[in-house]
Amino acid sequence: MSYINKPKVAHPSLPTNKLGLTRRQYEGSMSTLCAGCGHDSVTASIIEACWGLDLKPEQLVKLSGIGCSSKTTAYFVAGAHGFNSVHGRMASIASGANAANRGLTYIGVSGDGDSLSIGVGQLVHAIRRNVNMLYLIENNGVYGLTKGQFSASADIGTKAKRGDVNVSPPIDPVLLALTLGATFVARSFSGDKAQLVPLIQAGMRHNGLALIDVLSPCVTFNDHEGSTKSYAFTREHYHAAIEADFVPPAEEIAVDYAAGETTRVGMHDGSSVLLRKLDPDYDPTDRSAAYRYIESKLRQNEYVTGLIHIDENDTTEFHKLNRTPDEPLNGIPFEKLSPGRAALDALMGKFR
Amino acid sequence: MEPTDTSKPDYFHRVVDCQWACPAHTDVPEYIRLIAQGDFTAAYMVNRESNVFPGILGRVCDRPCEPACRRGRIEEKPVAICRLKRIAADHRDDVAALLPKAPAQKNGKRIACIGAGPASLTVANDLLPLGYAVTIFEQYAVAGGLMRTNIPAFRLPARVLDEEIGYITGMGADLRLNTPVRSLRRLLDSQAYDAVFVGSGAPKGKELELPGRNDTDRIHIGIDWLESVAFGHVDRVGERVLIIGVGNTAMDCCRSSLRLGARQVKVMARKPRQFFKASEWELEDAEQENVEIIVNHAPKSFVTEGGRLLGMMFEQLEYDVDGGEIRATRTLGEVFIPCDDVILAIGQENAFPWIEKDIGIDFDQWSVPKVNKTTFQSTLPGVFFGGDAAFGPKNIIWSVEHGHQAAISIHKYCHDEPVEERMPRGLKLSSRKMGMHEWAYKNEYNGVERRLVPHVGLVERFKKIDIEVELGFTAEEAALEVQRCLNCDMQTVFAAKLCIECDACIDICPVDCLTITANGPEARLRARLTAPATNRTQALYVSAALPQTGRVMVKDEDVCVHCGLCAERCPTAAWDMQKSTINIPNAIDEQVGTCPV
Ligand SMILES: Cc1cc2nc3c(=O)[nH]c(=O)nc-3n(C[C@H](O)[C@H](O)[C@H](O)COP(=O)(O)OP(=O)(O)OC[C@H]3O[C@@H](n4cnc5c(N)ncnc54)[C@H](O)[C@@H]3O)c2cc1C
Ligand SMILES: Cc1ncc(C[n+]2csc(CCOP(=O)(O)OP(=O)(O)O)c2C)c(N)n1
Ligand code: SF4
Ligand code: SF4
Ligand code: SF4
Ligand SMILES: [Mg+2]
Repeated sequence: MSYINKPKVAHPSLPTNKLGLTRRQYEGSMSTLCAGCGHDSVTASIIEACWGLDLKPEQLVKLSGIGCSSKTTAYFVAGAHGFNSVHGRMASIASGANAANRGLTYIGVSGDGDSLSIGVGQLVHAIRRNVNMLYLIENNGVYGLTKGQFSASADIGTKAKRGDVNVSPPIDPVLLALTLGATFVARSFSGDKAQLVPLIQAGMRHNGLALIDVLSPCVTFNDHEGSTKSYAFTREHYHAAIEADFVPPAEEIAVDYAAGETTRVGMHDGSSVLLRKLDPDYDPTDRSAAYRYIESKLRQNEYVTGLIHIDENDTTEFHKLNRTPDEPLNGIPFEKLSPGRAALDALMGKFR
Repeated sequence: MEPTDTSKPDYFHRVVDCQWACPAHTDVPEYIRLIAQGDFTAAYMVNRESNVFPGILGRVCDRPCEPACRRGRIEEKPVAICRLKRIAADHRDDVAALLPKAPAQKNGKRIACIGAGPASLTVANDLLPLGYAVTIFEQYAVAGGLMRTNIPAFRLPARVLDEEIGYITGMGADLRLNTPVRSLRRLLDSQAYDAVFVGSGAPKGKELELPGRNDTDRIHIGIDWLESVAFGHVDRVGERVLIIGVGNTAMDCCRSSLRLGARQVKVMARKPRQFFKASEWELEDAEQENVEIIVNHAPKSFVTEGGRLLGMMFEQLEYDVDGGEIRATRTLGEVFIPCDDVILAIGQENAFPWIEKDIGIDFDQWSVPKVNKTTFQSTLPGVFFGGDAAFGPKNIIWSVEHGHQAAISIHKYCHDEPVEERMPRGLKLSSRKMGMHEWAYKNEYNGVERRLVPHVGLVERFKKIDIEVELGFTAEEAALEVQRCLNCDMQTVFAAKLCIECDACIDICPVDCLTITANGPEARLRARLTAPATNRTQALYVSAALPQTGRVMVKDEDVCVHCGLCAERCPTAAWDMQKSTINIPNAIDEQVGTCPV
């Protein structure tokens, strides 16, 4: 919360993207979150990512539920469309919007409470349906907005600010997504923009649901000693396994990537993701191997970060499965969209 | 890079670009805030402490502060620092009670100042309150030096000079008008003074020896001519006037001509506009009055007929300019330009016909005395120089600064203390945090554009020679202009041990000043910051290693708008906004005559 707005004044050499916009023009309203909240850094990464993708602000749809994390959609890309759903129901709104208009880019921002506690059923089905969106969880292990109760991602043994110890096992969104067949699964940290920005870009360009679990410390209720989601603990226990670089369609791939340890994954729009394995044993294209690896590392209290799993050949994408029209519903003439009594009777007739 | 040592006063002083650039180090942001609060008197006194003549300088200062102003790097036009000084002077209450006073008990030391220009007056201003008896010798019937005799009254009214010079003579200076010093030897031999300050200026206008120079009386030396105008000895000029040279003196000559009957005034420049010496604003003011500035013309000869000036011959030149430098010059031909008067404004030189060459004061080949740049002492220990007399023509604010420094030396010299051992500058920092999101200064960035100072109409101003053209800001415009100041003295002060590397400050900074990164050599660091730090004249702040990752916080001072958002968003108060006060010692701050402990 700040009393003055971030001034419009910008660095004189601030670069513009292909649309002639600066990064500042992808900002939203002033954040009302606590100073130092990890979520604000994630917001900054989303801004950077959208700017870098030369995204037209009106091409973006921002969706969220309830929570400090869910508030953040107001803080980026002021010119985008937005919907703030009730707690835990963002996935349904996203699915509906997505079905109605496949021409837009969808980004859902949620919290561990919003997505893993109250909204876990919604998340599960969004993954199952492979809704074409970036689904970003700002994971702090607590319900920040309601003053820091443990959420479903709180680790066993982690301490609350007042000393209570969590005893229930956590739901790990990455393992959950892998089990459900998600085609793009990543984990990152709010404090590592160099890693997070290309992940967001790749996730937005992925054809299907891209889930990114971002460890994003709650500076007010979960940044103390004994917490397993504090800045200090996260820094000590996070382990970058696979670095991903996002390369837009027309751009040449720089030569220094050519080395053997780099794998190029082509995305459906012509862009690519370049994967650099920091851990030679790890293969992000092998789902079950990925699952085993993440799980074993989690047991050692290590958060593996980077692009954990990617499958660009999958054919289960939402629009394909459900045969939605190419044309957004709002572009289809009314007579066609609502063909009248006779057409309805004919349709109903088929079911008799 | 090594962690920045911000305890050295220069680090934060440099961040206050205007104050750093001001030769006398006027505390600009402080007086601008006082104006914003409506306390014009206090704003005036803050000015006076360093620059002694706020009303004068608020009108005619060369304002080196403005090109340095950070606002100019953010949106081109700097804060109108100089004209805000004038607002403080225009609206101040009676300051008599606030001025320094000479003590009743004198210290028994006597000082002679030669010349009553700004340099000598500053020496008197600084030494009188310490109990010195100061005698000022002035050859003319009025005090002020070139400020009085050369800067035209339409830029600087006599009333303003009288008032501010009066504050100094009012402290009891013994001002002896119409008293030229004809021999320094005699003055020294009289043994009437413990030290002598030479503030006699650079009084000799440069000549232009070309064919025809001595065939007519209608060719004038600019500074002599302006002096004659100031004293009323000249009150007319021909219809067509050519000014040779394009410095600030030329601007005063052309504008004065227009007020003395000239109809057509041409300023003749040898080089293209980018090489002009005159300040941009002086050129603007002259051009607004319809003065024509003709570039690429080199004077060849004066054309006369029977003692009557007909005009001048010029060579027309063409230049190849590359990277701000002239690579080649070609002559295209010759042109004759008719005129009735020519005024030469091509520079000034030092001249000391009254200083005997064998009394121990050394001069260089250009008759400039050898003067120590810190102490202003000449090669004759009891004689100090300052102002234009010391290193050739500069400007008023430099003369003032020379005066301050010479006063310190004289004070030390008179107490048998080494003049080189001077009190160092000091730094005071104090937090401006008032609450979670409240600062004891207005931290909001105001996007308002530089305000224009209203001028007297183009017909009205020519009716008399002493109508002041600039009217000064209105209260409304001033109220907006003060908001343009970025409060650069509200420093971002960092405590590395408190930082949890949450990035909040980095994300919020509107102008991308901040980066947390691995340390490295300066050139590499500059290249990989959030925004590349290309302005090498501005410092990089580098913190100690941060506790969690060992990286460093780097701040590029270049375009920080001092909005305080970094400090406001920091959860651990690792950043704080603290006001820096730079203590610039004057003579009164120097401890002399006390027992060394
Ligand atoms: C036309 C013109 C316009 C200028 N405009 C500006 C401007 O807008 N802004 C600015 O900052 N600066 C300006 N300057 C420069 C500025 O006026 C000088 O730099 C400044 O006045 C120098 O101060 P000073 O005290 O060294 O000497 P001066 O102002 O030159 O004063 C020297 C005094 O010493 C007296 N004197 C000399 N010899 C003797 C002697 N032997 N005995 C007794 N008295 C003596 C002189 O009569 C004079 O009064 C201008 C200069 C000129 C020529
Ligand atoms: C139906 C419903 N139940 C409970 C709440 C109260 N509530 C608001 S936010 C929130 C938890 C948010 O946690 P999370 O999604 O992790 O967001 P964070 O604030 O931690 O970013 C809860 C329980 C609510 N708003 N609606
Ligand atoms: S309560 Fe926690 S999650 Fe919410 S804004 Fe504050 S720091 Fe962020
Ligand atoms: S005060 Fe802080 S946030 Fe504001 S411009 Fe300067 S460094 Fe950036
Ligand atoms: S906001 Fe404060 S704690 Fe966070 S990175 Fe900046 S200085 Fe460090
Ligand atoms: Mg949460």
